[in-house]
Amino acid sequence: MSVLVYVENAGGKFKKSTFEVVSYAAAVSKQLNTDLIAISIGNVEQSDLSNIGNYGAKKILNVSNDQLKTFVNQAYASIIAEAAKKESASVVILSNSFTGKGLSPRVAVKLGAGLVDAAVELPKIENNVFTVKRTAFSGKAFATVELTSAIKVIALNPNSYQINESNDVAVVENFAPELNDSDFGTMVSEIVRASDKIALPDAELVVSAGRGMKGPENWAMIEELAKTLGAATACSKPISDAGWRPHEEHVGQTGIAVSPNLYIAIGISGAIQHLAGVSSSKTIVVINKDPEAPFFKVADYGIVGDAFDVVPKLIDAVKAYKAHS
Amino acid sequence: MKILVCISNVPDTTAKISFSGDNTQFNTTGVQYILNPYDEIALARAIELTENGKGTVTVIHVGDINSEPTIRKALAIGADDAVRVNSAPRDAYFVSSQIAHYAKEKGFDLILTGRESIDYNGSQIAAMLGELLNIPSISIVKKIDIDGSKANVVREIEGGKEILNVSLPFVASCAEGVAEPKIPNMRGIMSARTKTLDVIEAVSVDELVKFTSYSVPAPRGSVTMLLDNEVEKLVNLLHTEAKVI
Ligand SMILES: Cc1cc2nc3c(=O)[nH]c(=O)nc-3n(C[C@H](O)[C@H](O)[C@H](O)COP(=O)(O)OP(=O)(O)OC[C@H]3O[C@@H](n4cnc5c(N)ncnc54)[C@H](O)[C@@H]3O)c2cc1C
Ligand SMILES: Nc1ncnc2c1ncn2[C@@H]1O[C@H](COP(=O)(O)O)[C@@H](O)[C@H]1O
Repeated sequence: MSVLVYVENAGGKFKKSTFEVVSYAAAVSKQLNTDLIAISIGNVEQSDLSNIGNYGAKKILNVSNDQLKTFVNQAYASIIAEAAKKESASVVILSNSFTGKGLSPRVAVKLGAGLVDAAVELPKIENNVFTVKRTAFSGKAFATVELTSAIKVIALNPNSYQINESNDVAVVENFAPELNDSDFGTMVSEIVRASDKIALPDAELVVSAGRGMKGPENWAMIEELAKTLGAATACSKPISDAGWRPHEEHVGQTGIAVSPNLYIAIGISGAIQHLAGVSSSKTIVVINKDPEAPFFKVADYGIVGDAFDVVPKLIDAVKAYKAHS
Repeated sequence: MKILVCISNVPDTTAKISFSGDNTQFNTTGVQYILNPYDEIALARAIELTENGKGTVTVIHVGDINSEPTIRKALAIGADDAVRVNSAPRDAYFVSSQIAHYAKEKGFDLILTGRESIDYNGSQIAAMLGELLNIPSISIVKKIDIDGSKANVVREIEGGKEILNVSLPFVASCAEGVAEPKIPNMRGIMSARTKTLDVIEAVSVDELVKFTSYSVPAPRGSVTMLLDNEVEKLVNLLHTEAKVI
């Protein structure tokens, strides 16, 4: 028996959500009194591979092959399922990242396993009943799901588990499962990354703005506040609908759900569909000129004021704070 | 080209979410159901891709008779025909197994789903379908262009996008950007009544997961209001009290 965790990389480097998922998987392996094995696919450096041990994996299977340098959904799913069989894994854990969303259902079907995705807590294991809490209803509720299958697959939401680090290292073992041509149905032709910006789904701090900003030309101050804080930028739906900002910044029920440590909402009214995507943020700051704006009801800190006046002052205050700390 | 679009029937986006019976049941009293917003986008793209006699769009839904208004809406928007698998949509594996069973020998060139349903938010169906049908699946797709038997697809990744080449048939789960939702016109609404809506029975599927209970997030503490010139204080509170910067 073992717990298997898939360690996703982006361009050969592990990401924060990867360390979260390994830390989570390590805790699950403790619950089950078994070892944690990691599996990496793609070209990742040896030192980065063994460092996965820092987060609790005993061993890491390394599948490195030029054909798998970029993500190939079916092939990756086959490899993870093969690794699960080889290691007699009873639980397979992945990140519920964009990539994980395409991967975990395929892995589950291959293994005849039940899948809980969007998991936000460690499983509860009592009298052989294995349940996991996940988000549901676009963040308006949680559901507890029992996994009744022998093998269980869990996809953990990013930003929902604390990273735990030690000095342990993992043993790296090369793994070369057989693949079929039919595993290579998709081919990546290009990856476009907005490299200088922090990716919204990964962000710990988010500065978001809405129609209160009046027009796209006024986003410079939003960008500047975000840059000063080291935050990602986001927006409400009408903003991306109007083409003021790209679709990937749209948060809410029909956009991206985020759960950063800090969400600053500027000139956003706080419609229920918007709140659905942001209400699990740890701290919410609302800046709005209307004291009746519904967003204040879910805020931790609120400023009633004109964004065009408050935001520049806030940028200065953050700069002053950064200069001193 | 034959396209299958999977549609779900979900609580209206403004619905208040509450539970009854020891928190084991979603309280549907007073809840309006709608066509899942992402499925509207998927449907809109399917209609664009088959315009001017270039193909047909079938919608499929797993659910009971109460979902029929949503299915009729999809027909009014422009789907050619519809299938309903007559069973409660127990879980994602159950739903995908039903759809896969139906789609198996029908020769669909493309199967579209929404990025996620706004009630269960699984994002599971597209990839499960791909696996069950043994064809490629691409999740969280922002653009689909088809050229003969090949497609060029853009999917979202953290902080960017990935452009992929894939051959038909495949499954894609559609997100914002794929198309603009279409509003049914009068002619669509009239013709929807006479379009075919087949009802088929469900096949049996192993139960691998069970939804056992629900809860709502704990209410937030009260808000600390500051004056519009207290920005230093805000920064200070974010550091010392909230400990987020
Ligand atoms: C099916 C459906 C799905 C939806 N999904 C989403 C979703 O996922 N995400 C989403 O965001 N929305 C979604 N919406 C839209 C949502 O209902 C709201 O319309 C939208 O969130 C409002 O955006 P907003 O707050 O930017 O604009 P508004 O509601 O117009 O609010 C603007 C706010 O700015 C304030 N303001 C104006 N000027 C200033 C100033 N100078 N300084 C400070 N404050 C100022 C105003 O007081 C007001 O509160 C959805 C709607 C539907 C029907
Ligand atoms: N009951 C259902 N019948 C048909 N398609 C569904 C059903 N539920 C979900 N889907 C499809 O699967 C997508 C993802 O749903 P989910 O996996 O529940 O997030 C939805 O956007 C629909 O396209």
